[in-house]
Amino acid sequence: MHDTREKILKAYHENEGNVISLLQDIEESFGYLPEDAIYWFSEQLDIPPSRFYGIATFYAQFHLKPRGENIITACCGTACHVKGSERLINSLMRELHIPSGEDTSDDKKFTVEKVNCVGACSIAPVVIINREVHGKMTADRLMKEIRKIK
Amino acid sequence: MMQEGNIVIKVCMGTGGIAAGGPGVVSAFREEVQAAGINAFVENNCSVHNVGCRGFCARDVLVDVIIDGEKTTYEYIKPDMVPRIVQEHILQGQAVGDWVVKEDYHTFHEKQVKVVLSDCGEVDPEDIGSYVNRGGYEALKTVLTTMTPEETIELIKASGLRGRGGAGFPTGLKWEFAGKAPGELKYLICNADEGDPGAFMDRSVIEGNPHSVIEGMIIGAYAIGTLKGYVYIRAEYPLAVERLKIALDQARQSCFLGKKIQDRDFEFDIKIKLGAGAFVCGEETALMASIEGNRGMPRAKPPFPAQKGLWGKPTVINNVETLANIAHIIRNGADWFTQFGTEKSKGTKVFALTGKVKNSGLIEVPLGIALREIVYDIGGGIEGDRKLKAVQTGGPSGGCITAGMMDIAVDYESLAPAVWL
Repeated sequence: MHDTREKILKAYHENEGNVISLLQDIEESFGYLPEDAIYWFSEQLDIPPSRFYGIATFYAQFHLKPRGENIITACCGTACHVKGSERLINSLMRELHIPSGEDTSDDKKFTVEKVNCVGACSIAPVVIINREVHGKMTADRLMKEIRKIK
Repeated sequence: MMQEGNIVIKVCMGTGGIAAGGPGVVSAFREEVQAAGINAFVENNCSVHNVGCRGFCARDVLVDVIIDGEKTTYEYIKPDMVPRIVQEHILQGQAVGDWVVKEDYHTFHEKQVKVVLSDCGEVDPEDIGSYVNRGGYEALKTVLTTMTPEETIELIKASGLRGRGGAGFPTGLKWEFAGKAPGELKYLICNADEGDPGAFMDRSVIEGNPHSVIEGMIIGAYAIGTLKGYVYIRAEYPLAVERLKIALDQARQSCFLGKKIQDRDFEFDIKIKLGAGAFVCGEETALMASIEGNRGMPRAKPPFPAQKGLWGKPTVINNVETLANIAHIIRNGADWFTQFGTEKSKGTKVFALTGKVKNSGLIEVPLGIALREIVYDIGGGIEGDRKLKAVQTGGPSGGCITAGMMDIAVDYESLAPAVWL
């Protein structure tokens, strides 16, 4: 854990001191932005935690809470919306027992998130399961895919 | 009967092609070809390539089988269909008629004019050699050996190229302003933060032919006199980011980037900056704030980026498609470019055609084409032959054009006043 932080710190200095890249590295390594990590970097770099917080909450890519082992991203761009992405999300939430207002299942196995547009509109609606893009998705096929990794 | 000469198989591996099962098709071809390899001829002469998006994503996976330069295109190909293609087409020389693209595939392409997309679907985006074989980086060499920065800017000005991000500012003029701005340190940014839902032009260009964008940037850097470039690209486009990284590494190895480019006294390098999921960062001042590591909040202009941009230095921000036009203009001349388009809107424009239209995908048309031609000729009309209600241009931040205005010309001058939010 400590090595990872040191590595990220080194990359920060090589990277013109870019806070966004730093947060991206933390997110990539830990899956979210752990509070104690933020305080550690804050101390090392003499940057107030509020600045990290301001940036982290501005960009959709950053998460302040731990996320599930499997990440399911539903595209909610215009084309996907028209082709029924909302219905796909509802059936996902039911299948995975994710309470409304939350995005991660209690057992931390699944996180369902929305994304603005992945730019694959000609195969809408699009769902990305653990970085693999699935086009022309239907509720039935989605459930089959989910049960495979459940 | 055995075929003579070279056999090339090209499988569409854009985001659309991959989602439709492209990787499975590629490995099926590799296996089948190897299995057929008792026939040593096939093994030695048949190569399987990954290529970028060729536009007609609705028909993926698209596969080209090219035997002695003669191309047959198949549509909706799945891995289990591959053995029959290898057996009948490659070994026996008889194309599998049922799976070959139909008439509408050709009408889809007929009215298109491909400049930016001309090499997409032809070159292997992960191999600089295949770009160079099609004349890639020739324009850069021409500029470096025979033209001054001023001459380069004049040529781009003469071509009438305008920013493809939407605002339509003349590219040559933008370069000239930044070139004349005082100070040694300047920046060139490629804006690949394509945020509008429904738009995937820039993603497809980078996925299909990343070197065309890089070459445009290097020429721009030479014209403006800058050492440092950035590509600001959305993290939601992982495949485009990956291919761009590979392309940059290969360009460095081939001395197109770095110190002493092509043994000349010219230095330039490009860094990738990943967007973090904020729609507003496509706006240039917000984009620069984001590269600086801050919240991406727009500021008022002036001062314009060409005067005071990234870290307060003169900065040029060009869109992906704008940059992908540059090498073509240098190679073919301004006169060649001005033959496409209208008096004030020169060249071609790439559009993502989606929604309830029969042929969805990526298209490139001369500016000034009637909207009707895009929807009915290229798009094939409305799904289920129903009545058209409206066309939304430029995504949600664009506007709607009603069915009564379908003869409107698609160019910078005509669209803006016709479209209201």
